[in-house]
Amino acid sequence: MERPCFMYNGAMSNDVLVRVEHLFRYYGDICALHDVTFDIGKGEVLGLLGPNGAGKSTTMQILSGNLAPSAGRVWINGIDILDQPKLAKAALGYLPDQPPLYRELTVDEYLNYCARLNRIPRDRRDAAVDKAKQRCGLTEVGARLIGNLSKGYQQRVGIAQAIVHTPVLVILDEPTVGLDPIQVREIRALIRELSGEHSVILSTHILPEVQATCDRVQIINKGRLVLNDSIDGLLARMQSSSMLVALRNPPPVLELESLPGVRSVAPLPDGRLRLHYFPDASPAQVLVERSVQHNWGLYELTPERMSLEEIFVDITRTEPHAVVAEEAA
Amino acid sequence: MMFTIAARELRSLFLSPLAWSIMAVVEFILAYLYLAQIETFMQIQPRLAGLEGAPGVTGLVVVPLFGSAAIVLLLVVPLVTMRLISEERRAQTISLLFSAPVSMSEIILGKYFGIMAFLLLVLAMIALMPLALLLGGSIDMGMFLSGLLGLTLLLASFAAVGLFMSTLTEQPAIAAVGSFGMLLLLWMLDWAGNAGGGVVNEHVSGILAYLSLLRHYEPLLKGVFDSADVIYYLLFIVLFLGLSVRRLDADRLQH
Repeated sequence: MERPCFMYNGAMSNDVLVRVEHLFRYYGDICALHDVTFDIGKGEVLGLLGPNGAGKSTTMQILSGNLAPSAGRVWINGIDILDQPKLAKAALGYLPDQPPLYRELTVDEYLNYCARLNRIPRDRRDAAVDKAKQRCGLTEVGARLIGNLSKGYQQRVGIAQAIVHTPVLVILDEPTVGLDPIQVREIRALIRELSGEHSVILSTHILPEVQATCDRVQIINKGRLVLNDSIDGLLARMQSSSMLVALRNPPPVLELESLPGVRSVAPLPDGRLRLHYFPDASPAQVLVERSVQHNWGLYELTPERMSLEEIFVDITRTEPHAVVAEEAA
Repeated sequence: MMFTIAARELRSLFLSPLAWSIMAVVEFILAYLYLAQIETFMQIQPRLAGLEGAPGVTGLVVVPLFGSAAIVLLLVVPLVTMRLISEERRAQTISLLFSAPVSMSEIILGKYFGIMAFLLLVLAMIALMPLALLLGGSIDMGMFLSGLLGLTLLLASFAAVGLFMSTLTEQPAIAAVGSFGMLLLLWMLDWAGNAGGGVVNEHVSGILAYLSLLRHYEPLLKGVFDSADVIYYLLFIVLFLGLSVRRLDADRLQH
């Protein structure tokens, strides 16, 4: 494949913040990542989905410079993370799956240390720490020991640590694990808020989380990228071609089957009917009109959607590496 | 950047009871030895007065004190250095350093300076004991300073070995055992040299003895300043710090 990196530096001028190319990673004989290639745009929130052991954390560790890839390259802001690690790392904040916290320090001391590590000049340090604390809802616990905080607060400190130096890229490995539902919502809101000025990559195996927070989704399975699509694309993929209908005076099944677009009708045990129709030919409008004309007594009409779960299971189980919607297109 | 890491290290050390208890124990043992030496000196002082060129208070109190301090610290330094890297690995806080814009050398030097600051504090407290003799008399300042320099270099070497051992493992206890074993071996190389003849031939035992940490400490203790000894310690420290950087760098490569 094409090699010269300066070409990419040119190409990465405006919209692409991270470029990952042909990433391989082996642990001994086990191949954890196999030829993973993708881009992340500026201000984009990318969700990395996959079952356990799929290679999500490995990908993030490589992106954050914690792990060297066996082959392949990573550019952050046009800087190769292997050639110039210090420069590249200045542009990223990373929350590993286990937040890297010193339990014996207070929140303030810890965040101050992180700010120093990330070379925030002395005069802007306090302001940066205050802002990170405020964004993560830590203002009241600043003087408390990290070891005494609850898991949820520790997770927030971990996130604060990743954004204290306002990096252009924030990498969050399962940011909402172990949080209660309210905290989960807060963290999701925070991630949405971050997306304005930062690009965010987050990994998760909770599907609704992706829907709630991400612009784009990638599904990794067994080290391979099996899906790379926008949320809209994913939603379109979820459109199924069936609907549930409930009628008080149902006509013969044959009559329903004769409606334009309808492929088959299957009665359900509870009296409702499932209409399968051809894609892009929804019979809903005609059905409603006929119902009024012939007094069928329509009282329920529910378009069925494939859930994200079904797609996920579908992709990770049946299609090993078929759907790689290359963003090169 | 190194000093940021060093300051954090030092702070965390003093936030745990380990540093305090180590300081207390070292101080207590050495104070006991010191007082015992003083006692002996007081007893034989009248007889020494008559002798021509007899050893003074420095030779009889300070030198043995520094000699024992070296042994006690050989036992203690591995306990302080064991957590340097291994604990960060175990608690997975190391990724904070790895994803920050800091180089591996800065991490290692930061850790090293942090632990050295602690050890220099211990050293300062040990040095206060002989200095207390100044209240009632005078000591041979040249000998005292040369001994202090020797002890400092020795401690710095202990710390470098301890740091390296800590980069090798995820278990602090293994790091402690490893560095203790290594230090003891480096200390005892000299004994094998002294035994001579029997097990190893004279040539090999000469080399082994030269590599011994003890061999380069004794002249400094006696007030003989040889730059070769100082350079030996400096090379020793640089070697182990270099190995530590390499080892930490390899963390990212293969598992």
